[in-house]
Amino acid sequence: MELSDYKPAPVVKLDSLSDVNDIGKPWRYEDGDYTVTRTCPWSPPGCHPVGCGLKLYVNEDGRLEHVEGDENHPVTQGRLCPRCITLKDYVYSPARILTPMKRDRSERGNADAWEECSWDEAFAIIKENYERIVAEYGPETIIGMSGTGREGGTMSLYPTMVFGTPNYCYMQSGYACYTPRLAAAAYITGSTYSEWDYAGALPDRWDDERYTLTEVLVMWGKAPLESNPDGFFGHAVVDAMRRGTRLIQIDPRVNWLSARADIFIQLRAGTDTALAMAMLDIIIKEDLYDHEFVEYWCYGFEQLAERVATMPAEKAAEICQVPVEKIYAAARMYAKAKPAAIMWGLAVDQKTDGMQNSQCIIALQAITGNFDRPGGQLVPGADAGHNELGFGYKECIPDELFQKMIGMDQYPAYCNMILNSQCDLMLEALETEKPYPIRMGFYMASNPLSNTSMEPKRWHDALCKSLEFCIGIDLFMNASIQATCDIFLPIATTAEREGTVFTHYAPCTVTAGFMHKAVDCGGLPSDMELAYRLGKYLHPERFSKWANEHELVEAFRLGVENGGKTFDEVSKCVVAQVPIEYYKYEKGLLRQDGQVGFATPTGRVELWSTAYNQFGEDPLPYYIEPEFSPVSKPELVDEYPLILTTGARVTAFFHSENRQIPYTRELNPDPLLEINPKTAQEKGIADGQWVRVWNMFGEALMKAKVTDAVDEKTVHGQHGWWFPEQDGSEPNLYGTFRSQINNLCPNGHMGKLGFGAPNKCLICNVEPVSESYDTDMNLIWEKFGKLV
Amino acid sequence: MTAYGLLIDYEFCTGCQSCEVACKEIHNIPVGQWGIRVLDDGPWECSDGKFNWNKIPTPTRLCDLCVERTDKGQQPFCVHHCLAGVMQWGTVEDLAKELEEKPNQVLFVPKPYQY
Repeated sequence: MELSDYKPAPVVKLDSLSDVNDIGKPWRYEDGDYTVTRTCPWSPPGCHPVGCGLKLYVNEDGRLEHVEGDENHPVTQGRLCPRCITLKDYVYSPARILTPMKRDRSERGNADAWEECSWDEAFAIIKENYERIVAEYGPETIIGMSGTGREGGTMSLYPTMVFGTPNYCYMQSGYACYTPRLAAAAYITGSTYSEWDYAGALPDRWDDERYTLTEVLVMWGKAPLESNPDGFFGHAVVDAMRRGTRLIQIDPRVNWLSARADIFIQLRAGTDTALAMAMLDIIIKEDLYDHEFVEYWCYGFEQLAERVATMPAEKAAEICQVPVEKIYAAARMYAKAKPAAIMWGLAVDQKTDGMQNSQCIIALQAITGNFDRPGGQLVPGADAGHNELGFGYKECIPDELFQKMIGMDQYPAYCNMILNSQCDLMLEALETEKPYPIRMGFYMASNPLSNTSMEPKRWHDALCKSLEFCIGIDLFMNASIQATCDIFLPIATTAEREGTVFTHYAPCTVTAGFMHKAVDCGGLPSDMELAYRLGKYLHPERFSKWANEHELVEAFRLGVENGGKTFDEVSKCVVAQVPIEYYKYEKGLLRQDGQVGFATPTGRVELWSTAYNQFGEDPLPYYIEPEFSPVSKPELVDEYPLILTTGARVTAFFHSENRQIPYTRELNPDPLLEINPKTAQEKGIADGQWVRVWNMFGEALMKAKVTDAVDEKTVHGQHGWWFPEQDGSEPNLYGTFRSQINNLCPNGHMGKLGFGAPNKCLICNVEPVSESYDTDMNLIWEKFGKLV
Repeated sequence: MTAYGLLIDYEFCTGCQSCEVACKEIHNIPVGQWGIRVLDDGPWECSDGKFNWNKIPTPTRLCDLCVERTDKGQQPFCVHHCLAGVMQWGTVEDLAKELEEKPNQVLFVPKPYQY
């Protein structure tokens, strides 16, 4: 993106918007007694980088009084979800922490032992411990524990430049979220995740002359309406449906889109790769593929055809437990539609053969000729990416140190590709102190004990035992920080900060948005500003090239060093559309060398993957039965007769966040386990009754929601639960282990390349309990309802 | 006197609950009370194997159609934020015409009532 491209995106007005509106208003303006600041938020509160348009109304006292959706945003057009509608309640929540705090290590887990301290004192304590630990054990013994959806989780700046450790670690087993899909796409196509083209980058949106409406959209293990996955505005799907796009839905669980799909394949959880291979086989055998694209732009088609022939539809139907005619119908409908697209979701990552599942989906997109076609799949160009991954490695992590990254020997495809230590091996290192001990930690927008990590009690014990010093960086106290930290550093909400938001974390970016600071709650820094301040304190030499935080933001996000002036200038556009090109492979826009073709060794989409082959993985896709399933473990069927799937999102919460905001908590007060009416009846479970759900890894207490959303063999458990209204001290820790579905999810069951985890295809049993643990919303209101 | 209403296209209401929360924010409604609620019918399977699932935002006796906003020419707060864009505010006369043009919609004409 050139600097000249940062201009306000043309507005496309929603039909329901009245004629009195704020279209065309500048980034900041007066409205009656208010100063209104237009902004595109990206965390906190957590969310993927969609950057929905927001108008923040601030009164004369500098207080945020009113929040409204900004109709100037080309994609969101004034619409907002409950989490930004309640932004004011988040900013002024009585549970928010606005001052740094310290606690003696011996008092970890004691919620009453925190003492407020100054920033200077907090930094001095960090410096003392940091220098001692580096001198005694080495910088590699420091772990940066990251989560998802907040800017802080993506900032390699923290581990590299601030602390100088190679061990930046996303805390979910097998990095089973988005990154396996990015990695598979990078290995096979040379570009990362190819997003559905929803005309987000086109000035006239759906009516733009360059656009062709998607005829068929396949929603594969993805529920975008609730999750706005990876920066995609979920309700763009509904916008397309209203214009005539038809849906194919592939999911073990019924969601609203399933009820609006022409074909809904309710497959057995975890069997997606078998289904995908069968669809490829049908499309090839029935000659429904794009001959020209396959001939000119694909590599290894014959080998792929031979491999997928081992998975005829009839066999897949048996494995997936779906009617075979639905598989045929879906394959034909998808292949015949032009353009068509597949949105592939988290479910693809959360299985052991996720990399093979991705491989098949990419092959489907390729052989039907939908890559980089208007209304098909947008392929990230050679210029995609925004500086994040890899920032600071070169200067701060010498090669010898880099090679010490946990998992580098066993999982080079994982560690080298994403510059992240392999999560499951990190847990082992914490537990065993091999290959070396881990002695210091800091949280990068993560709450692993309540949300990110599997078998969280194991992580809890390992972190408590190993870490001599740990830093919590957040807005609210949570179970992870309460259990493991010695210092708490508070950060700003999105309303109090500047910054950028590039949709989809940079690949396939359609809009570039800017955050503007509208209010001040005590000069709190954003994650990036904190990294600057702390980094400069610990390593002045690394940060001396930027006079202040603002210059770092400009360098990090825009790749420009102009004293912050360029940022000030371009950020006034609030939201810009990113220029896109179609058919980049024909124009030499995918490869760094400017040649036509894809950025792979063969220059083609590698249906037979040279990269997989190089890493010792099978170059062609294969199906593996989930390791824990009624088929693979028939001997356990009596003990664990049900399939467990987890993690579907709701609009009320971003993973473990928003539980202390009364208006969002009220939408979903209790942790729900979805169970089919027939299964519930057999087990003597009534709707709304509390149940114990358990398997060989652990158990959780949840509230039954009796619903046809799951079939008789399957239950679905919500994730991310903790109870900020409860006692925070050990051993309760806000009840984080009581209703924790991750107790039932294991570590260490990833695929050959180190990616993937079976969190959406496990087994379990369920029984009713007589107690009720219902949330008292009046207590939540009393505790958190009065804003400060 | 002109009557005003909310036209809701329930074919495309996804049940995101933005209307519920927007209403509570603008009117400062405590927990346990609502100005609009999304009623939920489904999912249940029909004989042809398809699922029925309709969600219908229904104004309560607290809904005043955001008269303070509409007096200024703005639309109600729920309408402004509806993620699927399925809500419209207007005169009953205009909305009735829209109702004729597209099936699977419902027209509410809320007015706070006292008994």
